[in-house]
Amino acid sequence: MEYQTFFSFFRIYLSPIKKYQEDYGILMKPGRYLVLGDIACAEGAIYAGCSLFAGYPITPATEIAEYLSRRLPECNGYFLQMEDEIASSAAIIGASWAGAKAMTATSGPGFSLMQENISYAYHTETPIVIVVVQRSGPSTGQATYPAQQEFYQARYGAHGDYESIVLSPNSVQEAFDMTIRAFNLSEMYRLPVILLMDGAIGHMREELIIPKPETIQIEYRYKLGDPQTRENQILPMGQFGEGHKLLVTGSAHEISGKRNYAPEVHSATIRRICSKISNASDIIEIESRYLDDAKAVIISYGISARPAYGAVLALRKKGIKVGFIRFKTLWPFPDIILQKLMNEDINHVFVVEMNNGMAVREVQRVIKNAKIISVTQLGGVIPSMESIIKKVEAQMECKN
Amino acid sequence: MQELMKKYLRYLPHRFCAGCGNGIVLNCFVRAIDQLKLDTDSYLCVSGIGCSSWIPSPYLNLDTFHTLHGRAIAYATGAKVANNKLNVIVFTGDGDGAGIGGNHLIHAARRNIDLTVLLLNNYTYGMTGGQVAPTTPHASLTSTSPYGNPERPFDLCKLVEAAGATYVARWTVFQPRALIKSMKEAILHKGFSFIEILSPCPTEYGRRNQLSIRDYLNYFKELSNPQGNGSKIPLGVFVKKEAPEFCMQLNLIKMKAQGKRGEKID
Repeated sequence: MEYQTFFSFFRIYLSPIKKYQEDYGILMKPGRYLVLGDIACAEGAIYAGCSLFAGYPITPATEIAEYLSRRLPECNGYFLQMEDEIASSAAIIGASWAGAKAMTATSGPGFSLMQENISYAYHTETPIVIVVVQRSGPSTGQATYPAQQEFYQARYGAHGDYESIVLSPNSVQEAFDMTIRAFNLSEMYRLPVILLMDGAIGHMREELIIPKPETIQIEYRYKLGDPQTRENQILPMGQFGEGHKLLVTGSAHEISGKRNYAPEVHSATIRRICSKISNASDIIEIESRYLDDAKAVIISYGISARPAYGAVLALRKKGIKVGFIRFKTLWPFPDIILQKLMNEDINHVFVVEMNNGMAVREVQRVIKNAKIISVTQLGGVIPSMESIIKKVEAQMECKN
Repeated sequence: MQELMKKYLRYLPHRFCAGCGNGIVLNCFVRAIDQLKLDTDSYLCVSGIGCSSWIPSPYLNLDTFHTLHGRAIAYATGAKVANNKLNVIVFTGDGDGAGIGGNHLIHAARRNIDLTVLLLNNYTYGMTGGQVAPTTPHASLTSTSPYGNPERPFDLCKLVEAAGATYVARWTVFQPRALIKSMKEAILHKGFSFIEILSPCPTEYGRRNQLSIRDYLNYFKELSNPQGNGSKIPLGVFVKKEAPEFCMQLNLIKMKAQGKRGEKID
């Protein structure tokens, strides 16, 4: 009896996968689907050309591994379940140098374990994608509840100097789109890219529209020996087994890979790697609405941007002129764009997030001529529209 | 040797201390791959952090991958799976491979992935100044066991054998010919191959335990004498067997997954 119940659950759970397999071949056919955010992310990875996934089970990112363990071998890729997150992140760096587009997926505790390897990937300029489905911490915390507490860990978690690219989806559709974008950016810039989802998006079923494959832009790294070169000091990448006699090291090195501890050599390397991102203009994406007549603005990202947007609409109905900004790229932080978006009438800025106030510090750094109010929600709960409205109204009344 | 140096080494002299065994292992490895006559482009030498990890990087003129402390085997696993044609050799030490990287060592052995792990055991953490290691003999002196090591050392060959490795051997740097032969066997062996190489560290370990390089060599000589080595550390090839190899298993899974759909890819 029990076995049968389990089995039927399993069949329902896996039935969509089986259907793609039978009907559509390698790629999920373009069309509309109702899927988990985690699965949209995994399918996005396959569309982006991911050929190796190494991971370790962790709530709420496990579904990505489960799904890819089935799908990657079908799509001529490899799935590895490693002994821990350290080995997972190490394996994808190794695989990337052997020519694969490689990815791992984890949550906060596993992300902490990966940091040393991520630092290595920055220094050796290795394109990899790390999906972090955030859950409520610190430590084991509320393992099955969502949060947005890795805002700073995604930027400053690893040791040493580097600039990072961190993307933040707020729907199942964006989990798919941004996974593809994460692969593209990592290949274009030859750097690790972090997709910072949260448990709510990972575990939410929502509509996913898969466009026609030919409409999806897929980028590939320039390989050593290719005639083309990229601008912005992005070097072509060698591959093991192709006779380049590569010297890959995490020690201070020259462009050739030869170890060199000279101060001018290492500082040049670090500045070059950082400048790849700080000089780029096509990384940052931001969504903004109702800013023309706004007296106040609500800023958010990820899942908390959804009640925040709902609050904006409700407040506007009440006649309070509130604008809306959503960060789709968390890092590099959109300093200049954010300053440009602020008009002179805006004197209140609300930053809604599911942590004890992280992005608000960056907003404070950037916006100088408005009152900045942090609207935080802890406890693994998505902030309600009402709570945001209340906070905004209280502040605005105060002013009047 | 001049020819071999030109062919396989980026540059010399190396930076190892006087009396260190790393140079001998480098020498043996170069001779082994020269005798094997495989395509040199197919070699990938992965190493972690520590004295032993400097053997391939930067000296060997092959693809070299100098990774993080303890993680060489995990990096090698990713590279080997992504490109099955590579001959992946991991150079590691006792601290790197058995201390911080012990978990990756046993799991790679369990998977029986086709890697060759050369683990240099010098009984100590040489690069950081001679601290106590998981292989340091009981009661011996190191910079972090000034009253004698309270712990007991690992028998790495037994550990790896129990974890499922299909080629396990132990040699000393005093036996270069046997070591070269064993390296060749290990590289050709399809599956997880592990060679523990006992190597002297007169600078950090010997100095604190009144072992000169001559004492080391006499000790290794004694170990390598089949008559005189009764209950001490055994040397030789302990395991050489066939078992399903991990990359092959993954390729079978691929065929299984793709066969279901009735389409053949690749």
